[in-house]
Amino acid sequence: MNILVVGLSHKTAPVHIRERVAFAPTAMQEPLHQLLTLPSIAETVVVSTCNRVEIYATSRDTESAVAQIRRFLAEFHNIEPDELNPHLYDYTGGEAIHHLFRVASSLDSMIVGEPQILGQIKTAYGYATEFKTVGLILNRFLHKAFSVAKRVRTETEIASNAVSVSFAAVELARKIFGQLENKTVMLIGAGEMCELAARHFVNNGVTNVLVTNRTFARAEKLALEFSGRPVLFENFADHLDQVDIVLASTGAPDFVLEHATLEAVIKKRRNRPMFLIDIAVPRDIDPRINDIDNIYLYDVDDLQEVIQANMKERQKEAKKAEILVLAEVDQFHQWLGTLDVVPTIVALRSKFEQIRKDEVAKTLSRFEALGTKERKAIEAMTSAIINKALHHPVTVLKQCSDDTSCDVYVDAVRTLFDLAPPEPVADQKASLEEFNDQAIKESQVQWPKK
Amino acid sequence: MSVNIMLYKITLVVYIAATILFLIDVLLRRTSLGNYARGTLLIGLLVHTATLATRYAEVGQTPVANLHEALSFFAWMLIGSYLLIDLRYRLDSLGVMVCPLAVIMLLAGGVIFYEVPHQNPMLDSWWFPVHVTLAFAGYAVFTLAFLVGIMYLLQERMLKTKSFSGLYYRLPSLDILDIINYRCLSFGFPLMTMAIITGAVWANQAWGGYWRWDPKETSALVTWFLYAALLHGRLNVGWRGRRAAIVAIIGFIFLIFSLFGVNLMLSDEHSFDAFKSLR
Repeated sequence: MNILVVGLSHKTAPVHIRERVAFAPTAMQEPLHQLLTLPSIAETVVVSTCNRVEIYATSRDTESAVAQIRRFLAEFHNIEPDELNPHLYDYTGGEAIHHLFRVASSLDSMIVGEPQILGQIKTAYGYATEFKTVGLILNRFLHKAFSVAKRVRTETEIASNAVSVSFAAVELARKIFGQLENKTVMLIGAGEMCELAARHFVNNGVTNVLVTNRTFARAEKLALEFSGRPVLFENFADHLDQVDIVLASTGAPDFVLEHATLEAVIKKRRNRPMFLIDIAVPRDIDPRINDIDNIYLYDVDDLQEVIQANMKERQKEAKKAEILVLAEVDQFHQWLGTLDVVPTIVALRSKFEQIRKDEVAKTLSRFEALGTKERKAIEAMTSAIINKALHHPVTVLKQCSDDTSCDVYVDAVRTLFDLAPPEPVADQKASLEEFNDQAIKESQVQWPKK
Repeated sequence: MSVNIMLYKITLVVYIAATILFLIDVLLRRTSLGNYARGTLLIGLLVHTATLATRYAEVGQTPVANLHEALSFFAWMLIGSYLLIDLRYRLDSLGVMVCPLAVIMLLAGGVIFYEVPHQNPMLDSWWFPVHVTLAFAGYAVFTLAFLVGIMYLLQERMLKTKSFSGLYYRLPSLDILDIINYRCLSFGFPLMTMAIITGAVWANQAWGGYWRWDPKETSALVTWFLYAALLHGRLNVGWRGRRAAIVAIIGFIFLIFSLFGVNLMLSDEHSFDAFKSLR
């Protein structure tokens, strides 16, 4: 039995193709069952997000399975095969394993390290188990992918640096203030970006919010949202000495904050540091203010540069992750190899033969008076016992070869008689529990806003 | 090889191991190694303690009488005070600086003679261990303040100029660095003050005079004033951040001068026997 994947992603297909091939998350039963009726396919999982559609399957005949899935995708979505095929990729065996492990670890994502993809794969797996289209191999395969993704997440820093403007601002604040608890944010003006950044700050521990706006009513309204305090625009500077973080985004043509004002404020604060974020264009805060000791001023371009630096850092971490993933692919591929019937029968027989030989030798050494004839008889008898005992199990193994149940038998035989090399089962339970909690929440398919 | 020398070498090896672990932890960002590095360092500190104890037994006086002993004692205090601060703040990036420093000190101390210093009747006083312990504890804490000060300046520069190197991701926040600067100062200053006072009392006992303006005493006093100014600035003027970091760095340069420089250039009661024999 072999693993394969057919699909397309943001790397191979433009959005107008991806949206036509996507499966509706509410109607997964139909495609899953149709896939299972294809002659070469034993198990299947369908991953469908706005950036990728991928069909994972197991089959004894990967070539025809790939062809059948390609045809299925075109027929199911009413697309001409000639239009669809150039965008599709397919991988089998080790390459397919490598592919899923990379996808689940968010190494193949548009934004490397983004966390949603794992949840989306968990949901896809959830549908497959609900509609019973997965068996032993895909079960193990998906669980292994989850645990690989988890390792990548905890053992590398791939997801630790912000790649959006508002998160980047929060991270910078952390580098300046350490903790954000008991810090005060002031919003000057009420741009959408400003509001979003303020929300991130509040979610990350900031407790006090001051809001000021030329129209006081708008300040009041926004302050209510953050359970903060509105401040009159005419004298907002009087409050600045209590403020640690300023978010400015007014539509004013001139500077709202002048150098001299801030110089006085920082003196009044006894040099406690301030973090000023100027999201407005044209800018609200005099850029010379950055020269004042203990004040850190960032405008939109500065924040973009932080994000660029973070992206580079993620790329570095991604390289570490790739090495980790490769090792896991090898391990899983090995396990998959043990599921072949013939080597299993050979291993089973030689295991029993070894036991027989050891025991016979032990017994005969105690009866040295026995003649050659008797010895031969004992050898023959013990061999016969083993052959008879193994006859039925071996027959079943030989006959089942085209069935998914075969994998279960082979795996069971390997486990029961201790024939298997170390197997990737350790994390199964944990990742299943996690799946129950998070999958639905994390993974609703979201199309980008148009 | 005496037990003492063997333990000394084991200490060195364990510290080197901790250094390597910290380097992998911080440079390659294998943060899971941080706790192994700490554990290794703690083991090193225990072995080091045993080293000092056997040295004391062998020599029969507090083992800070020559340069070999002074370096070892300094390293011991440094690692000890780092581990104490680390308990609360978890600073792998400080560990990666402190560990190699201790290794260098022990290596240098190992190159210079292990031999036992002359028995000096002057050192046969209870004030001796008290004075040097306080002084070296102060040195150790101020060394940490120096390292943290450098880290602060680097991090502050990157945040100001908005050019981020890999260092940015590895250094802690400005706030923590500034807090540790203050903590070091508020421990180091009383230690240094008491070291100077006990030194004066001891001098009075030994030579019948509290203060003789020898170069060591003078430079220690200058350093003391510098740290006093920093403490005053922090508490009353609102100095913090960059300025506090710079003063801590300057203070440390004075400190190193009064610890080693004075001995190298001048001869007096504070000099280590080692240097006398070098000349």
